[in-house]
Formats: sequence, C-alpha cells, structure tokens
Amino acid sequence: MLIHTLGAYAQRNTDDHPPAYTPGYKTSVLRSPKNALISINETLTEVTSPHFSPSLFGPKDNDLILNYAKDGLPVGERIIVHGYVRDQFGHPVKNALLEVWQANASGRYRHPNDKFIGAMDPNFGGCGRILTDENGFFIFRTIKPGPYPWRNRINEWRPAHVHFSLIADGWAQRLISQFYFEGDTLIDTCPILKTIPSEEQRRALIALEDKNNFIESDSRCYRFDIHLRGRRATYFENDLT
Amino acid sequence: MNAWNFQELKETPSQTGGPYVHIGLLPQQANIEVFEHNFNNQLVSEKTQGQRIRLEGQVFDGLGLPLRDVLLEIWQADANGVYPSQADTQGKTVDPNFLGWGRTGANFETGFWSFNTIKPGAVAGRKGSTQAPHIAVVLFARGINIGLNTRIYFDDEIEANANDPILNSIEWATRRQTLIAKRTEVDGEVVYRFDIRIQGEDETVFFDI
Repeated sequence: MLIHTLGAYAQRNTDDHPPAYTPGYKTSVLRSPKNALISINETLTEVTSPHFSPSLFGPKDNDLILNYAKDGLPVGERIIVHGYVRDQFGHPVKNALLEVWQANASGRYRHPNDKFIGAMDPNFGGCGRILTDENGFFIFRTIKPGPYPWRNRINEWRPAHVHFSLIADGWAQRLISQFYFEGDTLIDTCPILKTIPSEEQRRALIALEDKNNFIESDSRCYRFDIHLRGRRATYFENDLT
Repeated sequence: MNAWNFQELKETPSQTGGPYVHIGLLPQQANIEVFEHNFNNQLVSEKTQGQRIRLEGQVFDGLGLPLRDVLLEIWQADANGVYPSQADTQGKTVDPNFLGWGRTGANFETGFWSFNTIKPGAVAGRKGSTQAPHIAVVLFARGINIGLNTRIYFDDEIEANANDPILNSIEWATRRQTLIAKRTEVDGEVVYRFDIRIQGEDETVFFDI
C-alpha cells in the first residue's frame, strides 16, 4: 500500500534567495565562499530541529514596548505586527521559535558596536520572541524602527526594518531575514534588499499595513507572512533511514 | 505563471543577520537584560549523558582575518545518536536532559567561540548506512546573505569518518579535511578545535541542505 509519510525537505530554490557574493553589498565580498555549496541528500540531522518549551517564555517576550521599559514608554510609532508561518505547501508551522530585533525610532541599536549619533531610548531594548501557535500564527508589539546610515557607499541609508529568525521543525528550515514597511522610499535603493535577484521575492519582505486591524488611538497594525520549506512524501522513495 | 502549475509558496528570502544580530539572538552579549531564560553555548547539565567536550575555534574571512561579529549555532544528536526531536524516527531512547542545540557569538575582540557539549553518538544515515558522529553548524553574520551550513566531524573517528555518506559525497577528498575537528586535551578537558574558513585557501566545505 502506498503510505504517505514525511521525507526530506523539498530542495531549496536558490533563485529565491540572494547569492553569497553580491558586490553591491560590499561586506559580502570577503565573506562569501568561492566554491559551490555541496548539495547533500538530507539525513535525520537536517529534518530534525530543537523544540522549545513554552515555559521558557515570559509574558512580555513578544512586547517590545514593555519588555525593556524602565521609567516610561519608548518613543515612536506604536505598531502591532502579526502574520502566519506556513511551509511551502501551505501547512501551518506550529511551535516555531520566531525571534525579532531592531533599531529604535531614531534608527539606533542598543549594541556596543553601534556608533550612530541617533539617540538611544532608555526604555527600548529592541528584541522580542514568540512561539507560533497551532495555526502558525504569531503576534508582537513594538515601535516602528527608524532608518539609519551605514557604511557601504558614503551616503547609504537602510530602510526601516525588523530582523527576524526562525527555528522550526527541521534544521533545513533555519532562516534569518529582515522585513520592511510598505511605502518606505528607501526600499528601492537598498543594496542589502537588492541582493535578492527577484522583484517578487523582494516584495515578499515588505509588511503591508492591515487597515482592518488597529487599536483605536493607540497602534497601527502590519501584516507579514513567512514561508518556510516543506517536507516531501516518502512514497517517492526518499526514505531517510 | 502557467495556469496548470499547482500553487506552492515560495520560501521567504534570506537576508543577512547584520552586525547587531546579538540583540535578538544573544541579547546578553549586547548587555541587554530582557528575557528570563537566555539561550547560550552550554548544552550540558549535570544529568546529561555522554563524554563532555569543548568545541572551539575562529571563523576567518577571505583575507584570513577572524570574524568578530559572527553568530554560530550547533545541532547534534545525544550520546546515543538520537536527536531530541519528534522527527527522529530511529525508535531509540532519547536523553531527556539534552536539548541538542546551542548558540554563541564570537568574542568581540578575538573572534574566538566555544561550546560546552557532549560528543554525539552515531546516527543512522539513508538506506541502512551509518553516519559518523557529527555536529551540524550554521553561521550568520554581516555580509553573509544566507546562513552557511557545515558539519563538524572528529579526528579520532577515522574509521567512521571513512564510511560517512556525507563526507564521501564530497568529490574532492582533500576538502573533506576542512570538516574534521582536531582533538587536544587542556587541563584534563577534551577540546576539539574547529576553524572555519569562509573563503580562500582551505575554504571550509559548506552544504546546500
């Protein structure tokens, strides 16, 4: 009898991602392998992944407005970001660890190596984390980050963005990326965003304002969905053991 | 788009973790106290089964200079070769005191990184084969557009390494050496040194997994 069980993850489509060597983003030049990646038949190592217990998470972990607040609230536009994590076949990715980090409203990071003149906000740390629910849904609250200058060409500014990281069901799904905000005029010229060759894929990193959801006189809302790789079925003979 | 293609979602594209990756993933390294529980490079507790080892090394760029902003994660089986994951189908008993995963950032001054863990057992490979003990590694940093995946093997597993299906799938036998950690003992502690060269002479093998 033909039985459907889970096998290897579908091969990554490298055209959907930036290549390692992207001279427009200068730092990649010395940090990109010259040799081709070796493609391997996945084993248990690549289809397994750590599991994180909900007990590791505190009630403010997904609330960047409150989780570092000391004497008051952080300055800036209050926003809520929500969305779904799904695999490429549309299945919800449950209990995935989503971690986010960002600059404050001035475009300044709370990091010893950030020397930008933009003001530090004493009430903003800039990090949060969430476990997706049974439907792959996540939500967090934060301050909209500001754009900031960086050394690439002399006058280079990053569009406002939030970094994010996902650990899901398989090591092969491990992903780090950044999302941007609809309407930001810096998006079109960003050398880091332009490392992604496909326009459709660059657009996939832009969160859209969700006008049906908001907190009146308090917060606007953005929607951002994330898609990870999915597993093939073993009836096509891709047994892992 | 052809109308007769069934709809699949495209994977969300990768972007660099950037220079401030620590804020989100290792906030304490950026001097940020937000979370009650922080992830780190200590994979063992007193109850964990297996031989204690320390993994350490540096990551070098195309000029041979250490990356001082790189973040590394490791994922490995327990001492019996079992992954603490529902997707492990070997049917063996898993060590309940081992998460199998850790995360660390290179030292901001020296670029050195380390993990305290146990030596993993051998895990089944495909079609009845056995994989040599190994640890999966992924690197993220400024200038790295998509996480670089590699594996750590051990230089005291000569026979197992010679039969490992993944090592043997690397066509250039000399490049397999870039995945072998070197064992030393420091003050009675077992240390495996594993340097990663992103680019240039002796470039480490990276995998498309």
